[in-house]
Amino acid sequence: MADLTANTASGPRGPKPKRPFSRTNIFLYGTLLLVSLYYLLPLYVMIVTSLKGMPEIRMGNVFGPPIEITFEPWVKAWSEACTGINCDGLSRGFGNSVRILLPSVFLSIVIASINGYALSNWKFKGSEVFFTILIVGAFIPYQTMIYPIVILLREIGLMGSIGGLVLVHTVFGMPILTLLFRNYFASVPEELFKAARVDGAGFWQIYIQIMLPMALPIFVVAMILQVTGIWNDFLFGVIYTKPATYPMTVQLNNIVNSVQGVKEYNVNMAATLLTGLVPLVIYFASGKLFVRGIAAGAVKG
Amino acid sequence: MDNSVVIKNLDLNFGSVQVLKQLNIDVKDGEFLVLLGSSGCGKSTLLNCIAGLLEVSDGQIFIKGKNVTWAEPSERGIGMVFQSYALYPQMTVRGNLSFGLKNARVPRADIQARVNRVADVLQIGPLLDRKPGALSGGQRQRVAIGRALVRDVDVFLFDEPLSNLDAKLRTDLRVELKRLHKKLKNTMIYVTHDQVEAMTLADRISIMKDGLIQQLDAPEVIYAKPCNKYVADFIGSPAMNLFEGTLTGTTFTGADFSVDVSDYDFAPGDRRDGTAWLGIRPEHIITAREKETTFQGTAEIDIVEPMGSDTLVWVDFAGQSVRVRTEGQSGLKSGDTLEIGFDAARMHLFDKTTETRL
Repeated sequence: MADLTANTASGPRGPKPKRPFSRTNIFLYGTLLLVSLYYLLPLYVMIVTSLKGMPEIRMGNVFGPPIEITFEPWVKAWSEACTGINCDGLSRGFGNSVRILLPSVFLSIVIASINGYALSNWKFKGSEVFFTILIVGAFIPYQTMIYPIVILLREIGLMGSIGGLVLVHTVFGMPILTLLFRNYFASVPEELFKAARVDGAGFWQIYIQIMLPMALPIFVVAMILQVTGIWNDFLFGVIYTKPATYPMTVQLNNIVNSVQGVKEYNVNMAATLLTGLVPLVIYFASGKLFVRGIAAGAVKG
Repeated sequence: MDNSVVIKNLDLNFGSVQVLKQLNIDVKDGEFLVLLGSSGCGKSTLLNCIAGLLEVSDGQIFIKGKNVTWAEPSERGIGMVFQSYALYPQMTVRGNLSFGLKNARVPRADIQARVNRVADVLQIGPLLDRKPGALSGGQRQRVAIGRALVRDVDVFLFDEPLSNLDAKLRTDLRVELKRLHKKLKNTMIYVTHDQVEAMTLADRISIMKDGLIQQLDAPEVIYAKPCNKYVADFIGSPAMNLFEGTLTGTTFTGADFSVDVSDYDFAPGDRRDGTAWLGIRPEHIITAREKETTFQGTAEIDIVEPMGSDTLVWVDFAGQSVRVRTEGQSGLKSGDTLEIGFDAARMHLFDKTTETRL
């Protein structure tokens, strides 16, 4: 009995102390640090190279920081680099990419969200079959469809135009986006939909007034998917457009792979970074929106 | 108009599965009808059919004398309250209440007045500008009821509205619902699996099983004269004790006992003899020999469950576990013997094969 009281007086009490340099922590943070270094090294090389002048690059110290910082390669990559006979840099490709991206993302998300909503809430005879066919579409390799689409676009007179590429991107985004939206809307309590019907709301009213405000998180997810996918697309861009309408990725390739003259590594690095900037910004900007979207969309009853 | 909701020969099939089979129900104007049954019996399905959220396979539905079998939910003059409240999360309480009215193109001033009136009735005035996420469960359900009220309809449909609430709140809201019904005098159809809710709220209860109505009667009748073994077993908590045996003339012979049932109120008809079930509710078993009863016996106490106002005693009798309800704290202990007796007037007899009341 005396022992017990002594123990309670001197034994552990309150929160357990935490040691900052425990073996677990060293392992954990060590591994994380190593892996991030490994991943960030190429990015570092690209950034420093893009800020060096050609003479400095020729000295061969790839990892060394620039002795004399110059932004000329960036300016050149954006507005002066030559592809074929055009010497206006990536700016033209950027403009094209934006004009491809905006309508494709908008159209595909609008159509897919309505598809998903209809397929989960307004089941019709054969809706499951329709959905299955759409999903199977996601598994057919793109390569098999390249040539038929060339013919299709030629026949409707959109081959080589930005409109044609927008159409292709919209159609190819449909299966995965519809799946995304359908599953999201299927997770919205069915009673909410029933309540809206009892309240006299129709197809569009329920979609716009009830479903859309609750679907912000999934719209952000779809937007990230589409923006990065379409911006980074090279295959469709190179096939279905012509030099005047080439997206940025295709133009980047043409700048980097041009065979005449000296290889301007600094310009190439700057051009690559410029091209990658848009997805990067999207990730950073929407990451926050995404989290906020999830928090705001708490629908639990 | 005498009848508010009339259901005629209603059939509903999901593929090859018959969910509702030839249902016929007449709900009187101002009546509180409870659809009661265990899960999967088709009670919620029936309610959805009445609401117009499910298309029926065959049969007709009339509301206020109008055939609404093919009408849209909003055209039927119904309001519905759901188990999960189903409030629109992005709208304020006011938005939730007025959504249906806006869809019906009710003038703005009118909407305002109706929302305020309903908010008064349900005492949710201070909550009008809050979103559902900022409300407690009880408040949300009140708003959901308000959304049905504000539409000024003839018929209210409730789909297990209290099942998501905790026990205390459920009791409070139950009383409030009853008060509301007394005040509004609307027709109400209420689905639940909770027999206490059913017994306390209903004017009539419809007990369903496998898409069929087992019994449609006033709560007292269902309790006192269940029409078959299923209903007898389903209604009453703790459940009725059932003994298997044979009925010969006016004597029922069980495993090791026999009872004189000459006082039993037999249903009109001829066939009586044969194998049968004898049922007696735990609260109708008499433990003290103060009263002359038709049957008396002794049993050994297995378990005693004190519940405050009464005590549930499990005894071994006739080779099975029998529930006996005694009043107050009886001071009974496990292992004791207990004198039990029951009255023929309070017994229930069911045919062994058809399971209908004899």
